[in-house]
Amino acid sequence: MTRTKWRKVPGYAFLSVFALFSLFPLYFMIVSSTNTSQDVLGSRLLPGGNLIANFQALIGAADLGSAMWYSAVNAVATTLAALLVCSIAGYGFEIYHSKGKDVLMAVLLLAMMIPFAATMIPLFRLFASAGMVNSTFAVILPAISTPFLILLFRQASRNFPHEILEAARLDGLSELAIFARIYIPTMRSTYAAAAVITFMTAWNNFLWPKVILLDNAYQTMPMLISNLSAGYVTNYGVLMLAVLLASLPTMIIFLVLQRSFAAGMTGAIK
Amino acid sequence: MSPERRRNLTGWGFLIPAAALIAVMSFWPMIEAFILSLKTGRGLRLNFADPLWYNYARLWQDETFKLTLGNTFIYLIIQVPIMLVLALILANLLNNPTLRFKGFWRTAIFLPCAVSLVSYSLVFRTLFATDGFINDMLQGLHLIDQPVNWLGQTGTARFVIILGLIWRWTGYNMVFYLAALQNIDHSSIEAAKVDGAGAFKTFWYVTVPQLKPMILLTAIMSTNGTLQLFDESWNLTKGGPAYTTMTMSHYLYELSFQKNPNVGYGSAISYVILILVAVLAFVQMKVGDKRD
Repeated sequence: MTRTKWRKVPGYAFLSVFALFSLFPLYFMIVSSTNTSQDVLGSRLLPGGNLIANFQALIGAADLGSAMWYSAVNAVATTLAALLVCSIAGYGFEIYHSKGKDVLMAVLLLAMMIPFAATMIPLFRLFASAGMVNSTFAVILPAISTPFLILLFRQASRNFPHEILEAARLDGLSELAIFARIYIPTMRSTYAAAAVITFMTAWNNFLWPKVILLDNAYQTMPMLISNLSAGYVTNYGVLMLAVLLASLPTMIIFLVLQRSFAAGMTGAIK
Repeated sequence: MSPERRRNLTGWGFLIPAAALIAVMSFWPMIEAFILSLKTGRGLRLNFADPLWYNYARLWQDETFKLTLGNTFIYLIIQVPIMLVLALILANLLNNPTLRFKGFWRTAIFLPCAVSLVSYSLVFRTLFATDGFINDMLQGLHLIDQPVNWLGQTGTARFVIILGLIWRWTGYNMVFYLAALQNIDHSSIEAAKVDGAGAFKTFWYVTVPQLKPMILLTAIMSTNGTLQLFDESWNLTKGGPAYTTMTMSHYLYELSFQKNPNVGYGSAISYVILILVAVLAFVQMKVGDKRD
């Protein structure tokens, strides 16, 4: 090997070690979901034949179908609502720019600094007094409008060509139609990035659903696996299968959309 | 109405849903939490405390609160710098145009971010169980004679939480640095190399300064996240042993939503978190904004 090739060794070594560190717990989770509890504790790192038995035990111990359903409803509804509300706001801030809107944007950005921990108690009291404890709506509503997404869409809107806008206006398209028919299709990669972020956050959210969903009949996947692990006897094979099932949707979505995700992020940070 | 004016109004119309939601879901509760923090009483019977700052004064005597505050700061001070430096190094390596298998590295390092905090906490709990994989491996390598009770001792339990946080969030921060690196001019890096600067010098004197705004952003986001840590404390260690790994948010949850809720006192803690986030963000902005 030449000298320059040797120089690259530390970089590749570092990346390899870190990739191993990143992937190993995921590999362990996948393999363990097919093993018995004893095998998991016996540090078996090869796939076993216990997947179906684990699955049956899991269905017997928890209402998996309902938790998957509530998680999916929450995540999909939050994502659709957030994409609509935040993209149209980001578009509004950039395309119809004015001094007053800059001030409003600065105020909204301040909300990024408000920790959820500081608003959780009043939000619970608000939804409780509205009779919305255990309701899906109460889970979704606080997650729809986020300054981060608005900012992402505002930054990305800078790349939206103004000539097209003018042409569409001359053609007599209404402002809302321009947004719906021209903006949304052109900004596909930004929408993809925003969808990945929002879906993952909503699907994985734990604290707020735990606070507002008092009845376990409405529990989401993160709540289900947390409760499962709090039982007396932990069956590690069953637990790892549940954890895997709770993680699959977000992992698949990320793997499918990662190209657009990276493009959307790069386009927004300029 | 002129088209100009109508368009301006349309623009405002586009902002209203988002702004209204943020006002009702963030700003109003923030104000309400402050008012609640001045009240005492159980359940629905709340009255203004006498003196008004009673709940805040009580915090000073609360040993459990002090412990959770200290724990949260231990995580913050140790984990955030390690994670951000690792993310910077990884992003810099991945930004090299001649690097092979780029897609693989990026996916592998970012994939932990797709996993929920609850999920990874439970995977780490299984790995670090007394009869679990990590102990088996360390014993197999003859690094330890006896299994370590990782989650049952303060020091090691905190270590596992910090390791978990690094695992979950390094790739996330790396993506921000990568995005920023792709937008900076690669010629400045080439120029430094032509001038004879080594890899480290180029990284430290050319790349890092250009990433300063992004480093500031990630530092503020990580601080904000760490101060609100809940899922790991709840699922990985249950806050134990004896509250020594419990975070402020975990304590806040216990006080406000479990057993005999005391929302006034809970709100005071939530306000301490809010003030800490604000103060630390302000300090970081001041430090990060200095021009050299």
